[in-house]
Amino acid sequence: MKISINGVAKDITSTNLAAVLHEAGYGDARVATAVNGHFVPVGQRASCPIEAGDQLEIVAPRQGG
Amino acid sequence: MTAFYGVELPTAFMLGTAQYPSPAILGAAFCESAASVATVSVRREAAGAQAGEGFWRLVRDLGVHVLPNTAGCYSPSEAITTAKMARELFETDWIKLEVIGHSDSLQPDPFGLVEAAASLCRDGFKVFPYTTEDLVLADRLLDAGCEVLMPWGAPIGTGLGLVNPYGLRSLRAQYPDVPMVIDAGLGLPSQAAQAMEMGFDALLLNTAVAKAGDPVAMAVAFAKAIEAGKLARNADPMAPCDMAAPSTPLIGKAFLQ
Repeated sequence: MKISINGVAKDITSTNLAAVLHEAGYGDARVATAVNGHFVPVGQRASCPIEAGDQLEIVAPRQGG
Repeated sequence: MTAFYGVELPTAFMLGTAQYPSPAILGAAFCESAASVATVSVRREAAGAQAGEGFWRLVRDLGVHVLPNTAGCYSPSEAITTAKMARELFETDWIKLEVIGHSDSLQPDPFGLVEAAASLCRDGFKVFPYTTEDLVLADRLLDAGCEVLMPWGAPIGTGLGLVNPYGLRSLRAQYPDVPMVIDAGLGLPSQAAQAMEMGFDALLLNTAVAKAGDPVAMAVAFAKAIEAGKLARNADPMAPCDMAAPSTPLIGKAFLQ
């Protein structure tokens, strides 16, 4: 199914957020996630279903002012 | 010493981490200036990249308090989600709340700012709201649960200094017990000293240091100015007056032809 990861369309087969992160190559990276604009804590990723058309945001620490 | 949500900082200098020529210069600027808070952000991470982990290690090794921001957010919902992601990544409930309302001036959206602040405070965040010198907005932010205010000196990145000294003096006078940080718009150490002389508790800046020809030297200059301004404030400055008054005694002056 097609979803969006950080604004880029991706074809994935996984159906929960934790599995999607693994499938997309994030492994154990230090990232935080939001699905369709809602924050998903790390402890809830495995139980967070992902469906076609979902929009994932995957962020990490960066410089800021 | 002023406490920010119960934390007494060793210095009144909060410094951003963006736009430095190199990570080494960033680290040196913090080390040499003894800045006690580092502001940071969250941004999209590419699969397989380790940029976030590398930057996190750099910040952690600075040994300072971390203040994540919601820079670039234009709506309360966007800022709230960003704050929650930042809390998980940086392991802190401090958040520098930015809800921008005007893209040219980067002026805060006062309505969105209050809405987001109230939600985040209810959720346990310790909110540092990026605000203006507006007294009513300050009142609403305090009602929303904020225990710190961060009025701008000037629009972000301009280096214009304190463009509305009257407004800032009024804000300081209206809420003498609220910890306040001048955030954004400073360009020179003399402006930092001026802000501290006005009674503000700390300063947050980034561009003026990072974009200086010698960021480390400029960070040190700001640190000294902040300390000088704080010392001057505590020393109870004289009241200015319009008439001249000789400092050298007239009594005993020789009468000469």
